[in-house]
Amino acid sequence: MSTQAVFSAALLDTGLPCPDGLCSVNGADPASRFAVYRNNVQRSLSNALVDSYPVVMQLVGEEFFRAMAGVFIQNHPPRSPLMSDYGSDLADFISGFEPASSVPYLADVARLERLRTQAYHAADIAPLSQERIAAAFADQEGLSRLQIGLHPSLHVLDSAFAVVDIWAAHQHDATLAGINLDQAQHALVLRNGLEVEVFAVDPGASQFIGQLKAGLSLTEALESAEAFDLSQTLALLISRQAITHLHHKVSP
Amino acid sequence: MITSCDHASPRTRAALCGLPPRAGLGLKTGHFREVLGSLPDIGFFEVHAENYMVAGGPFHHFLGLIREAYPLSLHGVGLSIGAEGPLDVQHLKRLSTLIERYQPQSFSEHLAWSSHGPVFLNDLLPLAYDTPTLDRVCEHIDQVQNTLQRPMLLENPATYLAFERSTIDEAEFIREVIRRSGCGLLLDVNNIYVSCINHQRDPLTYLDALPLHAVGEIHLAGFAEDADSLGVRLLIDDHGAPVDQAVWSLYRQALERIGPVATLIERDNQVPAFNVLMAEAQQADELLRCAGGRP
Repeated sequence: MSTQAVFSAALLDTGLPCPDGLCSVNGADPASRFAVYRNNVQRSLSNALVDSYPVVMQLVGEEFFRAMAGVFIQNHPPRSPLMSDYGSDLADFISGFEPASSVPYLADVARLERLRTQAYHAADIAPLSQERIAAAFADQEGLSRLQIGLHPSLHVLDSAFAVVDIWAAHQHDATLAGINLDQAQHALVLRNGLEVEVFAVDPGASQFIGQLKAGLSLTEALESAEAFDLSQTLALLISRQAITHLHHKVSP
Repeated sequence: MITSCDHASPRTRAALCGLPPRAGLGLKTGHFREVLGSLPDIGFFEVHAENYMVAGGPFHHFLGLIREAYPLSLHGVGLSIGAEGPLDVQHLKRLSTLIERYQPQSFSEHLAWSSHGPVFLNDLLPLAYDTPTLDRVCEHIDQVQNTLQRPMLLENPATYLAFERSTIDEAEFIREVIRRSGCGLLLDVNNIYVSCINHQRDPLTYLDALPLHAVGEIHLAGFAEDADSLGVRLLIDDHGAPVDQAVWSLYRQALERIGPVATLIERDNQVPAFNVLMAEAQQADELLRCAGGRP
């Protein structure tokens, strides 16, 4: 193995010995100096995860979170110098991380926090004006073929747990009292201007928005979703500046 | 041999650095609104390039507005110029796009490696100073400067250990890289102090051995203290404290040798209130004035 391969492996796997060929001018054990680099790497990656997943950390406590992060870092080191992407697979890791199994909603809270980070950095696209949207909806003839383009920051997350309530509770006093944790919730995440917003929506609304994102027309998306309040859902999307394109799907 | 009164001709330095010879600050996301609201009297702002390699959102919104009001230094922390493997061409492309968008007055990177193969380690790791490393670093800098179509500044490192196979002294290595590649030097005075304590060198001797004619920017920062296995003081370049008195004093001596140069106060951890950073920047500005900067 090359020098940097050995060095790199020993930085990530704290069980490996200090690499050979290192020295210090005063004759100190090179391992005590290599430890500075190992600590820098472990700490900086752990800090990046702490920054990206503040609610996950609050739910399990810092000590547990950092121990879990240590295992994650060793098995999933960054594959890119863009640290805003680091830990995008933490939720999947948590799902399979046995010591966290007593907190069954933890992985979904991580998914929600990941969607928030993605929304924060998503591309900038100007929303359509309410007048343009109103005009398109007034055109009864074209309505069935209307396709609604949504802002790139917008995502839905379907959870078997009260993921929105759990997340929201940790924006204030961090208590789960009064929350029915096993109540399935559907999160809508989007960036409105500079602010990332999170809403709980009905299952049908979540399916509908998911189908619009997949490119289905308004009619097709409506047909494939269970019952929900369409006007309320559209009003939410319009008021949160989430509609960026409208066009008519060409019939096959 | 570079002498201690190696003043560059103004043209040389101007070619290497478009930043004004004043103090600047690292731009922190928590200070975006305060900076825009108060437009403080500061020479420039510096950002880490990788933080802005995102599609859109608040980072670009605020940097765009702040760039309209201030000169900008783009400082890379992820290019891994000292890597054994090839440079990440995708990453170079992202840098190129960012430079195109923000037209920074300066682009700088580190004499270090931070990636191995596909793995990014998020730290500035040390190099063995020998001929193969020298050739590789020069090739990588050539590739960067050719791709970006501009000279870059290379920062001298803070290191905690050495390699048995090193055959070239660090300052000589840097001198040779700069001579061969034509890049400039980002003189990190804190790194000089940290490395010199850690490797029992004399900071002034080391400073005088660097190619001071090529300095395009200076960095000042704080360090943390640790100890090695012998209990000997080991300094860590953690950017988490105010600039130390010893570093201010070395900075004064650097300015005596090279004259006023754009100087950044770096703070990445335990970031204090903006006015605390401004006070440190004003301290640097005062020394720059004494060294013959703006009246």
